[in-house]
Amino acid sequence: MTRTITIDPVTRIEGHAKITLHLDDDGRIADARFHVVEYRGFETFCEGRPFTEMAGITARICGICPVSHLLAAAKTGDKLLAVQPPPAARKLRRMLNLAQICQSHALSFFHLSSPDFLLGWESDPAQRNVFGLMAADPELARAGIRLRQFGQQVLELLGGRKIHSAWAVPGGVRTPLSAEARQWILERLPEARATVALALELYKKLLDGPLQHEQRCFGDFPSLFMGLVGPGGRWECIDGLIRFIDSDGLIVADDLSEDDYASFLGEAVESWSYLKFPYYKPRGYPDGLYRVGPLARLNVCEAIGTPWADAELAEFRQRSGTAASGGRVVTSSFAYHHARLVEIVACLEGIEQLVADDSLMEGRIRARASLNAHEAVGVSEAPRGTLFHHYKVDDDGLITRVNLIIATGQNNLAMNRTVVQIAREFISEPVAAEAEIPEPLLNRVEAGIRCFDPCLSCSTHAAGQMPLRIELRSADGALLAARQRQ
Amino acid sequence: MSVHTLTVDGEEVAVPAGATLLDAVRAAGAELPTLCHLDGLTPVGACRLCLVELEGSGKLQPACATAAGEGMAVLTQTPQLQAYRRMAVELFFAEGTHVCAFCVANGNCELQDVAVAVGMDHSRFPYQYPQRRVDASHPHFAIDHHRCILCTRCVRVCDEIEGAHVWDVANRGRECTIITGLDEPWGEVQACTSCGKCVDACPTGAIFRKDDTTAEKQTHRERPQLLRDAREKHQWQNQ
Repeated sequence: MTRTITIDPVTRIEGHAKITLHLDDDGRIADARFHVVEYRGFETFCEGRPFTEMAGITARICGICPVSHLLAAAKTGDKLLAVQPPPAARKLRRMLNLAQICQSHALSFFHLSSPDFLLGWESDPAQRNVFGLMAADPELARAGIRLRQFGQQVLELLGGRKIHSAWAVPGGVRTPLSAEARQWILERLPEARATVALALELYKKLLDGPLQHEQRCFGDFPSLFMGLVGPGGRWECIDGLIRFIDSDGLIVADDLSEDDYASFLGEAVESWSYLKFPYYKPRGYPDGLYRVGPLARLNVCEAIGTPWADAELAEFRQRSGTAASGGRVVTSSFAYHHARLVEIVACLEGIEQLVADDSLMEGRIRARASLNAHEAVGVSEAPRGTLFHHYKVDDDGLITRVNLIIATGQNNLAMNRTVVQIAREFISEPVAAEAEIPEPLLNRVEAGIRCFDPCLSCSTHAAGQMPLRIELRSADGALLAARQRQ
Repeated sequence: MSVHTLTVDGEEVAVPAGATLLDAVRAAGAELPTLCHLDGLTPVGACRLCLVELEGSGKLQPACATAAGEGMAVLTQTPQLQAYRRMAVELFFAEGTHVCAFCVANGNCELQDVAVAVGMDHSRFPYQYPQRRVDASHPHFAIDHHRCILCTRCVRVCDEIEGAHVWDVANRGRECTIITGLDEPWGEVQACTSCGKCVDACPTGAIFRKDDTTAEKQTHRERPQLLRDAREKHQWQNQ
């Protein structure tokens, strides 16, 4: 009899979602789906608003990564004004994004995902969260929380507030770097570096030992990878052009402009999820599956451009790169965690370089103009991947159409494939009609989603306190059995 | 110059003849919330936030539009007045669509300020979410009618100080709205001199400069009085 097992909600992610496991007549995993069950409607209710409000409105999409929307909206605004922000403004925006990526990655690694590998997949679900981590290893938990605080504090020092700052505006930014901010950042950088060094050391040991299995089966499959790259293919987080590579490390498309995104990105819709399914158009749907985010950014780039980060990138590739790509490309989605740590290094080194730049402290930081274009696309690298904002405006600058392509959507196909792979690996035996599926196995299925650090809304369930519900359903939808985790 | 002596919440105060109760309250060092009042413009008593009680009369009077009289005993903070003021502010919020989070005037908004002053933490009335216009046809300025509280400060400053009378009020009740010209797009009204006084006079984020983004609106609400003093008393700010 065909059955469906539902994991609802998926915990320790940002937003609301559920997973269903579909069993065939023999009780084996036939399919698995990651459902995003919330609807926000931002694209519609922005219509009619002045484009100058878009940075303020879209930043409210999320409390974890408001900076990503702020920057994408400001960059789209630059194009509507047809101006180039002054060089200092571009550097300041870069610094803001580096701080944002740092704090978001620290949150993903320490608060949301590390309880799985540090406390163990089999540990008590009630303790398998950041509070359990505090109890088990208070020093590590404290260091992780302070690393996130470092990033958040840089956001506040630049933008005036940690969350939902409106500091980046069409044409540039509002205020320069202050002497006090520079001083604070310089004082706290060594501690932040020490924390990420500790996390890398710890993680690599786990990778050599207990995490090998997960590294092998958590969404390890060939796919395309997409990300921004700078001149010479350097790692990039805000400027640059779009590159696609395949699992063999071959460049599939390069120097693509965000302006032309509709020519290479399609957006499919499925009836069972509110999250769209973007795909690489030339390969069609769903074969055009591609991944974005930390793993993709490290895969598409030639180098990061700072010494420690480049050394970590080399080790990342040497440890996890596939033989088919000559060690150049890492295909396991579990490596998103390692990639996040490498990117934190890149962010800290990037901030260190920028904070020494005197040009950030005075001079022109904002270009002003009237509306000069009716349509524009802006792009930035959010912590979770490439983010596109596309606006159309009327003659008066009022929004007539908005399209937002968020990173989590672009990883949607990959997340679904990851869930199927994990379910088949850990639920390999046929499931009897009355049998219950052990919780640690279901946690691994959830953890497959957590690799991508999906950000489904501005709500967070970091404490892992939400109930996990599993339902066994017959082909006609009748409930056969249910289990509730509190 | 003749003087009237009266009391405000028991404090004795003397004001020149012709002064309003609002002048007397301020002279006594007391605070009264206002929205439609702006120094330098003719009072209209529209927002009802500055209502005060005159002891013995039982009637509530708008302090901005009531002349101070000899021997008056003015009460500004009775429980009834406080309840009415809070209710009036709640109704302002429920009537329009005021989303502070991304408003140009966030942090520099008189409606926000009075909400804090009257202790409003939520509105007891259902939000109406009216479908109103955003007119951004002017090259420099725009008006978002969702944020308009019909204080008519723009109407008065344009008429009394600038002398252009671009703004006026149309319709009644729920349909009541501020208009430009003969209800034409602002950008097409030839009388507009683009002076920006309406932007400075607007207490909320309804009228704003088009390149202002979230929380960027800066206003100079003292200017109507400065201009009036310059014109009528030949007193200039830089003298």
